[in-house]
Amino acid sequence: MTAKERRELEVNQKKEVDTRAGEPTRAGVWYVPEVDITESDDAITLYADLPGVRPENLDIDVRDDVLTLTAEVEPISENRKLIWREYDIGGFQRRFTLGERVDQAKINATMKDGVLTLTLPKAEEHKPRKIQVS
Amino acid sequence: MALLRLFGDDDFVSRMEQMQREMNRLWSAAWSSSPMGSGVFPAMNIYDDGESFIARAELPGIKSEDIDISVAGKTLTISGNRTIEPVGESETYHRRERKSGEFRRAFDLPDLVDANKVMAHFSNGVLEVVLPRAEQAKMRKIKINTK
Repeated sequence: MTAKERRELEVNQKKEVDTRAGEPTRAGVWYVPEVDITESDDAITLYADLPGVRPENLDIDVRDDVLTLTAEVEPISENRKLIWREYDIGGFQRRFTLGERVDQAKINATMKDGVLTLTLPKAEEHKPRKIQVS
Repeated sequence: MALLRLFGDDDFVSRMEQMQREMNRLWSAAWSSSPMGSGVFPAMNIYDDGESFIARAELPGIKSEDIDISVAGKTLTISGNRTIEPVGESETYHRRERKSGEFRRAFDLPDLVDANKVMAHFSNGVLEVVLPRAEQAKMRKIKINTK
């Protein structure tokens, strides 16, 4: 294996949602989930790491071109005493602005192993077209 | 005057709490370089419910077959690999914050555990390893006999 392939993971400290920006609107600790966003000709795909989030505790809200992910995480049962802490547990929240290119009615979400995959299909008129030269 | 303004701020308490958590975070970050833990990923929390130690780590998107867990004496070792499918040729990245790669983490527990009874499960991207204390490590209640 080359050095490039043997990439080692490092701890990435969870980033707290900045409450000074007026968000989130609910009590508790909130973190900014890490995301990848990719674009193809047909769609924009968003992958978000949401460890510990059950699909039923994820809320995806779209209004006024703003997509808000809010994910609640269940607390650890009280009879478990924390004896060593390296990370904190809290919900996740992040907002994204959708361009006019996204067909908001066709957004699709799936959740697997704590990763959300959000498919945002592009509106027909914004898909690239090949113009045939006659 | 400045003080008054400071305390008149509705956000003050939440900011203080945020600062407090930040301090805790830095403190545990400093700890993780102590001999207690070797390796850096994943971040782990250890709980104790009296019977067992419970080790938890956030490992979103990792398949359970890509995680190896072993216990020897007091040492719990977790290793694995997180792979993220690369995008196709016709796709481009707008953002790339999620990380992939190999990881290995060894952790010394405060007490001996019964390696045969260790159970691990993985749900919604969180790994949980339940490590029951070894019989000899369990606290025994001594009854005082009265004559």
